[in-house]
Amino acid sequence: MSLGPYASFITISYVLVAAVVLILIGWVAIDYRRQKARLRELEASGVTRRSGRGVADTR
Amino acid sequence: MTLIDLANPTRFLKLTARILPWLAGLTAVLLLIGLYQAAMAPDDYQQGATVKIMFVHVPNAWLAMFVWGVMSLAALGTLVWRHPLADVAAKAAAPIGAAFTFLALVTGSLWGRPMWGTYWEWDARLTSVLILFLMYLGLIALWRAVEDPSRAARAAAILTLVGALNLPIIKFSVDWWNTLHQPASVMRMGGSSLDRAFLIPLLVMAVAFSLLFVTLHLAAMRNEILRRRVRSLQLMQVAQASQRSA
Repeated sequence: MSLGPYASFITISYVLVAAVVLILIGWVAIDYRRQKARLRELEASGVTRRSGRGVADTR
Repeated sequence: MTLIDLANPTRFLKLTARILPWLAGLTAVLLLIGLYQAAMAPDDYQQGATVKIMFVHVPNAWLAMFVWGVMSLAALGTLVWRHPLADVAAKAAAPIGAAFTFLALVTGSLWGRPMWGTYWEWDARLTSVLILFLMYLGLIALWRAVEDPSRAARAAAILTLVGALNLPIIKFSVDWWNTLHQPASVMRMGGSSLDRAFLIPLLVMAVAFSLLFVTLHLAAMRNEILRRRVRSLQLMQVAQASQRSA
């Protein structure tokens, strides 16, 4: 597969898209862990939801 | 499960926990197929291999507009039906939409340099998409600036609906004004003008990126629900502490 004289433009486009998609996936994954950790901390400190369920219970 | 059932955040969290792994897997498989087809697509007789930029530029450009459309529906959900997940959906979609718009602008610029001889031109299509990007950033800033989610929700919903006026301007800018950007070649009256060798990989990539959006959006909504749960529990913690000290 030859990309011709503008190979750098094509390569940068695909690398940039891959990088931004990976950043989005990383952001979502890290944010999820952070929120779950905060909920567990609150549960450990004795704060409970009105429903009586564990605060970190999402399943 | 009906739409009414999904109004309950706990039920929504249960549903996302079940379907997210499947959605992520399907997205990855479709992206791999789309990338393979894009790599194998022939060179264009005029553009050469730079036509391959189309397979990432066009799906991102479509999603830039589609995500704002989703946010506009969510804004109606906030203002008219006061659906408990509507603002969660809009807030979770904004950074993802901003990322797709950024990618559409940059990949378009990288495609434009070899084809048009310039990275940027202040024509109607490019300028209206840049305005869309700035509106995404403005909305994200608004949600961050107002601490109380319910207060931010109404202002963000109104701004989103006003911003939706930009969507037809983006879509028809290439028809209404004389632009450097080419007219529509896929979604147009009379069918697509693209050859099947380009159209099929493009559609596969478009479906893959749409699934990527759905996956990321559901995951970001789940995070936002948890963030609001953390906030309300922290407020309860403060209230309990002040009761004990009183």
